[in-house]
Amino acid sequence: MDFLVRQLLIYAVPLMLVALAGVYAERSGIINLALEGIMIFGAFMGVLFVYKVQEMGWFQEAFNTVDGVLAQSRSEIKNLVVPNFGPDAVKALLSLQGFELLAMLFAALCGGIFALLLAFAAINLKADQTIGGTALNLLAPALVLFFIRIIAQQNYLKMSGDAPDWFMLKKTMFGYAKNGEIGFFGSAFLDKVYIATYVCIILFIIMSIILYKTRFGMRMRSCGENPQASASLGINVVKMRYAGTVISGALAGMGGFVYALTTANCSSTGEVAGFGFLALAVMIFGNWKPLNICGAAMLFGLFKCVAASYSTLDINGDGIYWLDTLGINISVYRMLPYVITLIVLSFTSKSSRAPKAEGIPYDPGKR
Amino acid sequence: MSQNVAGKKPVSQPALGSESFWHKSGTRSVLASLVAIIIGMLAGSIIIIAVGISHGMGGTTIWDGIRLIFGGLFASGRDAAGNLVFSFNPSSFGNMLFRAMPLIMTGLSVALGNRAGLFNIGAPGQYLAGTAASLFVSLSIPNTVLPTWLIWIIAFFAGMLAGAVWGAIPGVLKAFLNINEVLACIMTNWIAANLVTWMFDSSNLKNMLEGTKSGYIYKTSAILNDVSIGGTIQTVGETIPENAELIASRGNVATAKMGLDSIFSGSQVNGGILVAILLAVIIYFMLSRTTLGYQIKACGANRFAARYAGIRDKQNIVMTMAMAGALAATGASLYYLSGNTEFFWSTYQSLPAIGFNGIPVALLAINNPLGVIFSSMFMSMLQICGDRLKELTAYNEFITDVIISVIVYLSAFMLVIKTWITKLQKGKGAKK
Repeated sequence: MDFLVRQLLIYAVPLMLVALAGVYAERSGIINLALEGIMIFGAFMGVLFVYKVQEMGWFQEAFNTVDGVLAQSRSEIKNLVVPNFGPDAVKALLSLQGFELLAMLFAALCGGIFALLLAFAAINLKADQTIGGTALNLLAPALVLFFIRIIAQQNYLKMSGDAPDWFMLKKTMFGYAKNGEIGFFGSAFLDKVYIATYVCIILFIIMSIILYKTRFGMRMRSCGENPQASASLGINVVKMRYAGTVISGALAGMGGFVYALTTANCSSTGEVAGFGFLALAVMIFGNWKPLNICGAAMLFGLFKCVAASYSTLDINGDGIYWLDTLGINISVYRMLPYVITLIVLSFTSKSSRAPKAEGIPYDPGKR
Repeated sequence: MSQNVAGKKPVSQPALGSESFWHKSGTRSVLASLVAIIIGMLAGSIIIIAVGISHGMGGTTIWDGIRLIFGGLFASGRDAAGNLVFSFNPSSFGNMLFRAMPLIMTGLSVALGNRAGLFNIGAPGQYLAGTAASLFVSLSIPNTVLPTWLIWIIAFFAGMLAGAVWGAIPGVLKAFLNINEVLACIMTNWIAANLVTWMFDSSNLKNMLEGTKSGYIYKTSAILNDVSIGGTIQTVGETIPENAELIASRGNVATAKMGLDSIFSGSQVNGGILVAILLAVIIYFMLSRTTLGYQIKACGANRFAARYAGIRDKQNIVMTMAMAGALAATGASLYYLSGNTEFFWSTYQSLPAIGFNGIPVALLAINNPLGVIFSSMFMSMLQICGDRLKELTAYNEFITDVIISVIVYLSAFMLVIKTWITKLQKGKGAKK
């Protein structure tokens, strides 16, 4: 069960964040079909950042310190020894986590810049947003694969070293032995997790509040409903739509990097396995509202997580892999999120909260 | 929106006899497409130069890269001195035609949708539906029961039918429940990807004979020959006896070459390209000369006005999507019934690029079915250039996809480019 919770968080959190990214763009009136592409780009830039910094050896010392301390409890004889984190080791650990946050920030920055392409086409040139988004979805994997081949001479770019060891939080870092008992809560939320997951959750909450409770957020939402009315009240629609799209790109880029870090083995392969489109489904399923999106992301994350590990998933700890005994093909779990979204769409299309002005280029003269 | 340009043409353009060729709306559209192509290729060249400089590849490599982007179709290798040799290359031309074949079909699919005001981003899913149906049919009917040409025809139409059904789903959702067809298509794409993976995963069509080919489905032709040449038929019989008999009775379902292989020797081309071109011509006449075509275009221009004029808009939308689906699926049928192609069945994480590339093909052709033939040739030429780039230089083939995506990006605001061209022309006129 603790394993399930941990896996669920790893899948659901990037999904949630990227779905919110979609909400930011759509609420400002721009359809962001490019979520998948931006995720791919963000994942690549984040991984490249880590790769380049590692190449320069900046955090190598910190990693060696942490690794040295953890080695105290690594062997079979020592696995009940609680590793002793001195002030130096704590500092080294924090600097590694800081490095991870830096990489997230960089991925977000790159995602935002990439989304400018969509914003420019959609806002300044009044382009067809669906086609523009599709273009970015084609551009991102092409660019990324082109550069991966050039940089790494192979099909993927991976952070050097055993990258999960650099960033993953383990219970030995919180004063527990490797084989020590940490309890359900600790095992689910503290062991083998990434700080990125929690940062994303906090960010999700903050960004949702900004969208709903601040002047900026409300103004932005008005631009997605009736931009001409907003303009008549002195709101700069163009600026607001730019802000919405760039924030959307930043969140999606960060989500892409978190995906690469936590589920794609710290590597960039020029794809994110349709995660961006799944996030789009989450956004629709969640009816463009943060709280519903959170629930939808959990549900879809659960399917994703079950599909990834159903044959070894022991839900109630009785040693029987219940889901495996059901004999349902793995493809069913993978397919269900999309099927459910279609069904929900067909029942709720009448009461949809989709922003009214999304996809329509802003024309100040049209009243 | 750019896709409505063609539909609105008669309204926006009064019949003026004095209008010159260069000032026609159609000409301007073609010019806009050419501008998009040139900018796309320039963008590719800039990346080649930038990467070449930052990685210290040297001037010769960079120059070779740029020459291959523009003229890779004619590249035939390097001479003894290591310089690129350019000459007419029948196998490259044949392969260009072969690769254009499915692109024509997916391009037609997207173009037809655009004419009806529906953005058919579901072509990849429809393509997968066609792939699954035609492969299942062609590999399941033993050639002892039916002649192979009949199996080919049945499999071809099975693929078409499957695509029509798959395309009709978003059509129904759009027409009767008012769900955005783009969203519905994205969902059906991924459902198709998983469904197809599931179907093939539980089938006995996975290629077990060639150890290095894990993850692929059998080719529709020459299975028997492969086995006997490799001398592995005994091992097959031992390990999977019930399969061996089935495999032995399959095979030789392949599109007729129709003499094209002797014109373009050493290439994969076959009669399928003629079928694709024929279908493009049929769609062109359907759109421009029949009532059905007029109704489709009327729905695309304004669905509600069309309803007011007595056109059944809902049926029309469903039928257009079904036809679009059938066209995309036909591309898959033609491609996988060629006999020399293999399908990677575990496709749940990715959608076929040929489906998505139907979008740039249609946009470049300004949704004209005859234009689709040429724009898909151009796309497949770019792909050949990419392959040459990979073979002959330190660059790789993904630059092709970069160029294509830049073109798609530009075609999103084709209307703006067209306006620029108009302004440019007017500016020149004023100076005179």
